[in-house]
Amino acid sequence: MPIVWIPSLLRDLTNGQKSLSIKGDTVRQVIENLEREYPGIKERLCDGDHMRPSISIVVDGHTSTLKLRHRLHESSEVHFVISISGGKS
Amino acid sequence: MTTNLSVDEKKDVYGVIGKNPLRHDGTDKVTGRAQYGADIRLPGMLYGAMLRSPHAHARILSIDTSKAEAYSGVRAVVTAKDLPDVESKIAELGEGTINLLHQSNNVMAKDKVLYFGHAIAGVAAINAHVAEEAAALIKVEYEVLPPVLDVRKAMQHDSPILLDGMRTDELGKKGDYPSNIAAHYQAQVGDVEKGFQDAAVIVEREFFTSMVHQGYIEPQNATAQHNPDGQITIWCSTQGAFGVREQVAEILQIPISKIRVIPMEIGGGFGGKIGVYLEPVVVLLSRKSGHRPVKMTMSRSDVLAATGPTSGSYVKVKMGADANGMIAAAQAMLAYEAGAYPGSPVGAGMGVIFAPYRIENALIDGYDVLVNKPRTAAYRAPGGTNAAFACESVIDELSEKLGMDPFDFRLLNGAKEGDRRVDGPVYDRIGFLETLEAAKNSPHYRAQLEGPNRGRGVAGGFWFNYGGKSSASVSVNSDGTVSLLTGSVDIGGTRTSVAMQLAEGLGIPAESIRPVVADTDSVGYTEGTYGSRTTFATGWAVYEVGKQLKEKLLERAATIWETELDQIRFEHGIFLFDDKQMTFAELASRLDETGGPVVASAAVRPEQSGPAFAAHIVDVEVDPETGKVQILRYTAVQDAGKAIYPDYVESQMQGGVAQGVGWALNEEYLYDDQGRLVNSSLLDYRMPVALDLPMIDTILVEVPNPGHPYGVRGVGEVPIIPPPAALVNAIYRAMGVRMNILPATPARVVAELNKQKG
Repeated sequence: MPIVWIPSLLRDLTNGQKSLSIKGDTVRQVIENLEREYPGIKERLCDGDHMRPSISIVVDGHTSTLKLRHRLHESSEVHFVISISGGKS
Repeated sequence: MTTNLSVDEKKDVYGVIGKNPLRHDGTDKVTGRAQYGADIRLPGMLYGAMLRSPHAHARILSIDTSKAEAYSGVRAVVTAKDLPDVESKIAELGEGTINLLHQSNNVMAKDKVLYFGHAIAGVAAINAHVAEEAAALIKVEYEVLPPVLDVRKAMQHDSPILLDGMRTDELGKKGDYPSNIAAHYQAQVGDVEKGFQDAAVIVEREFFTSMVHQGYIEPQNATAQHNPDGQITIWCSTQGAFGVREQVAEILQIPISKIRVIPMEIGGGFGGKIGVYLEPVVVLLSRKSGHRPVKMTMSRSDVLAATGPTSGSYVKVKMGADANGMIAAAQAMLAYEAGAYPGSPVGAGMGVIFAPYRIENALIDGYDVLVNKPRTAAYRAPGGTNAAFACESVIDELSEKLGMDPFDFRLLNGAKEGDRRVDGPVYDRIGFLETLEAAKNSPHYRAQLEGPNRGRGVAGGFWFNYGGKSSASVSVNSDGTVSLLTGSVDIGGTRTSVAMQLAEGLGIPAESIRPVVADTDSVGYTEGTYGSRTTFATGWAVYEVGKQLKEKLLERAATIWETELDQIRFEHGIFLFDDKQMTFAELASRLDETGGPVVASAAVRPEQSGPAFAAHIVDVEVDPETGKVQILRYTAVQDAGKAIYPDYVESQMQGGVAQGVGWALNEEYLYDDQGRLVNSSLLDYRMPVALDLPMIDTILVEVPNPGHPYGVRGVGEVPIIPPPAALVNAIYRAMGVRMNILPATPARVVAELNKQKG
């Protein structure tokens, strides 16, 4: 199963767990499955049908351009990192 | 002097890449024929001027434009009332996002002015003098409010609040009370407390940096023609024409199909020409003045006061290492000035601060903080220099306490392929260790530095680099040349660095490519020239288009020789079949007889942009009486990936160092206690000049990026990251004082020396 790293500000929702193995063929499915186990986490990561603009999805070391639609494999590693764009709100 | 240390196994197979051909735009640039935005002259053109706020923080009670409108020669006056009401919503814009309400209010203030120089009204008149005189006749009634200018004061509960509805956001969780802290971010790995318990040496320091400007030579300018049928053309100085089109469309609520943006040649941007300032205003003025074209150009004072500089900052760093020199734990708090609206580059600063090192226990907190200063914009590796100044200063102190050579300490702890960044992701192939080795073994570092009040400092640096969206279109000309259209504005010579990648693929000289920077109606969507992305991503688009072109030309060759496609070979620009051969130019001249024109286009959005690393060495001499820091020698070492055009890479490195030196030693925004900028000219805002700098030596370390067909990594941003830390480390080695405030002006150096004397 893909491994999802939980941002430290959201670990109060995952009982302090830093990373979790979560089923899902896409990032969207992983977040939906995270939400089932840890209610409230989806709202913190997403704004409606999109990721929050301050968060970038990094899959296997690379910032995803497909974001929620990014397809994952069994050994994928998913990170939610702070967006690097600067000087624009 | 440039040295090239390549670990690229393919370095000898290239015919074009790695050479230094004449740049395609060179003649126009040196003869003054290149057209910049201020050169635009259109029939019936009007000239614009802006009225700007004299206050740093005030409520606008009323605006009376009647006298300006009645002034002879005035054709239109606009204020925020002419801007459509937009929601506080986020719009995706290429590399980042904008909050439409904030962007609109920054173009012209609606209810409040939030910084000295905040635009309030625009005037179009028969000439610029009349426009300025009329703007001065606009009467604005203000309720002046106390400004907040210091990032730490702005974070306090009792600070004046800039935006009434602002609550601190923590990944979607809003704070309970109004605050100037727009957002709090955090990155954490391992157990930082346990890590510090295991440390033999701990250093904890505070650092302060001032707001600084990109200092591009050409001020912002924009000309707009709003036609009666609603079609709009904008000529402007921008890093990205498509970004201007999107922003103007969103702010004015106009479909993008109505807007054509023509990017003019650009006199520098460094991140400061991504966001729009004048463009929506001249569109409104053109429409209101009876559809006459309107041009507006900023003065240098306007540029400094009212365009986006980068954040001043407060950074606190604590790092510990074990007795062997291994970093045991690291902690940082970064508070960055966003200026008047949210969006400082603190997230990037958090990503940069410990990125060069392998650290198992770390905690980083970042705060995006509003202050009554201009809304910040990107500036070359935005947020990175502030962060590295702090971390690399502490690294220097740690290595000193451990009795280690500063490069040995970094080599022991430096990140390599497979190591995990503090914010989680694992590195692909990177070249930090090779860069450190090259710096340590450089003639500069091996040379003895002698003499009183002299010292040598070193520092490392990291930058993410970015990919983004790029398009390219090509057509083969009958004389054997290839016309190349891209949407990438050429700031640092990217016409040529991109054209070379097409030439390499086609086996023809770079001079046979005719690169053109196209407008938004003439080429596919292309993000701006930022994020060190153009040679990487637009180069990749061009690589793809070259492959298509080659396939089409192989078919044409097969037609000419009346054989099957698989019988044709292509080697170094020559088409081959049995004992026959045809050059690229010969085939190009026979396209008519084989089916007509050959064109191709491609679009890419690559993800593996490949991070860049740098290591800098600087020797200084400090005058103990005046505090002046003289740079004696400077060497910049960088993993450039595959250097497509080595001369350009070198100039990017030298330019980054020059800007970093200014940031370190002289440049700062100076405000009085009412928040008025008091050094809004280049006489008083002290940027480095040629006499301040020695020849900057460069060493290019080429560790190819596995995520690019030619191994390209972005090169433009990382060289601004190490200079301030390298310089303050050198000052310490010279005089024994650690400068923790930027800029380290002569006055501040003298003050520290006096403190040292007691």
